[in-house]
Amino acid sequence: MIREFGLVEFLYLVSAMKWTLALSLLAFVCGGLLGLVVALLRVAPVAPLRWLAIAWIQTFQSTPLLMLLFLMFFGLALFGLSQDAFVSVTVALTCYASAYFGEIWRGAIQAVPQTQWQGSAALGFTFLEQMRHVILPQSVRIATPPTVGFMVQLIKNTSLASIIGFNELTYAAQYINNLTLKPILIYGTVGAMYFAVCFPLYLLSRRLEVKFRVDH
Amino acid sequence: MSIIEIESLQKRFGAATVLDGIDLEVAEGEVVAIIGRSGSGKSTLLRCINGLETIDGGRIVAAGFPVQPSRLREVRRSVGMIFQSFNLFPHLTALENVALPQIVMNKTPRAKARENAARLLARVNLSGRAQAYPGNLSGGQQQRVAIARALALEPRVLLCDEITSALDPEMVGEVLDVIAELARGGMTMLLVTHEMGFARQAADRLVFMNDGKVCEQGTPASLFDRPQTAALQQFVQSIRNAG
Repeated sequence: MIREFGLVEFLYLVSAMKWTLALSLLAFVCGGLLGLVVALLRVAPVAPLRWLAIAWIQTFQSTPLLMLLFLMFFGLALFGLSQDAFVSVTVALTCYASAYFGEIWRGAIQAVPQTQWQGSAALGFTFLEQMRHVILPQSVRIATPPTVGFMVQLIKNTSLASIIGFNELTYAAQYINNLTLKPILIYGTVGAMYFAVCFPLYLLSRRLEVKFRVDH
Repeated sequence: MSIIEIESLQKRFGAATVLDGIDLEVAEGEVVAIIGRSGSGKSTLLRCINGLETIDGGRIVAAGFPVQPSRLREVRRSVGMIFQSFNLFPHLTALENVALPQIVMNKTPRAKARENAARLLARVNLSGRAQAYPGNLSGGQQQRVAIARALALEPRVLLCDEITSALDPEMVGEVLDVIAELARGGMTMLLVTHEMGFARQAADRLVFMNDGKVCEQGTPASLFDRPQTAALQQFVQSIRNAG
């Protein structure tokens, strides 16, 4: 029996969107924390730590996110760690985001002039004290626009989770489409829903860019 | 008693030898000005003393601590440095700039650190600008904040690296006044400077560097009026011509 695309179907999509947002938020928080570690290692004064960070960044930037999702999904199950799609997707997105955040924030850290390192070194600060009190507070201003920009990528990329069967917005769209056979309407609606979340973030990133340019 | 001891110091940048066997001692309470042409190694010498540059040979002891990677924290706590380009932290107010070193290095409680910072800013005549950010201060004011910040850890020696070179001429005086005041207060200072008038007047001893070596040293009067080496004679002559 073919159903119509009505309020119930729409609400189903809205409730699936919660998972898209939850996944995005989780990937942002976990990926952000891990990304901070990656960025710090990437500029650490010890060469092997920098190599480790470079390897991490290159690995996850040079493989398709979809492969990462498959590897996590089947890999975690193979080692008996988890068969849960949500866990696999979160881990995959976290690794993926940490590589990009690590690289974005490395750039932001290195954009702080050398004289700031010298000024704080001359006061006796350790590397981490320099980071915490002098370098990172200044990097945040530089890093905010591209960070928000990448969040948009992250939200859109959660749609790949549908392929391993995680019931987020895109997966729900496929499901509803199978019931209604109205692909243009369904995917149009879902596209608009992604847009409704991402576009304000894009605007925010633009505004921050302008704001920080003026302040600098 | 010497507070800085430098023995046969060697420093190379790639193939270029920048410091070639420097021997120098600075006594407690002494004000020593290092003069010389650009590229003679003056600034590099200063940066070696607090470990901003690694050294390729010889030995430096500052405030009783050998200058080597494992002891840098102690060295830098006792040896303050002021830079040509101020190097203030632009995201912090003048007051916070001066308070931060105490908070980080001495774990001074925030309120107490700010109190000390206010007192230090008063000492450099900047009480009125405590809440200003570096970007809103003139060059002379920024450099005075930097002096206050360098004093925040109560160092035993101050290294001043061409601290008036980036300033507009009308602001040089206010910074040199503060330095002269510190000198009168007994602060040990090692300054690299192009202000010959000031060097002559404020320094107990002048060190003339040439080609990475200490070429000649002595009281300002003896160096300016009776230069012994050809290099210093030329240097003094070039200053006279410029002035």
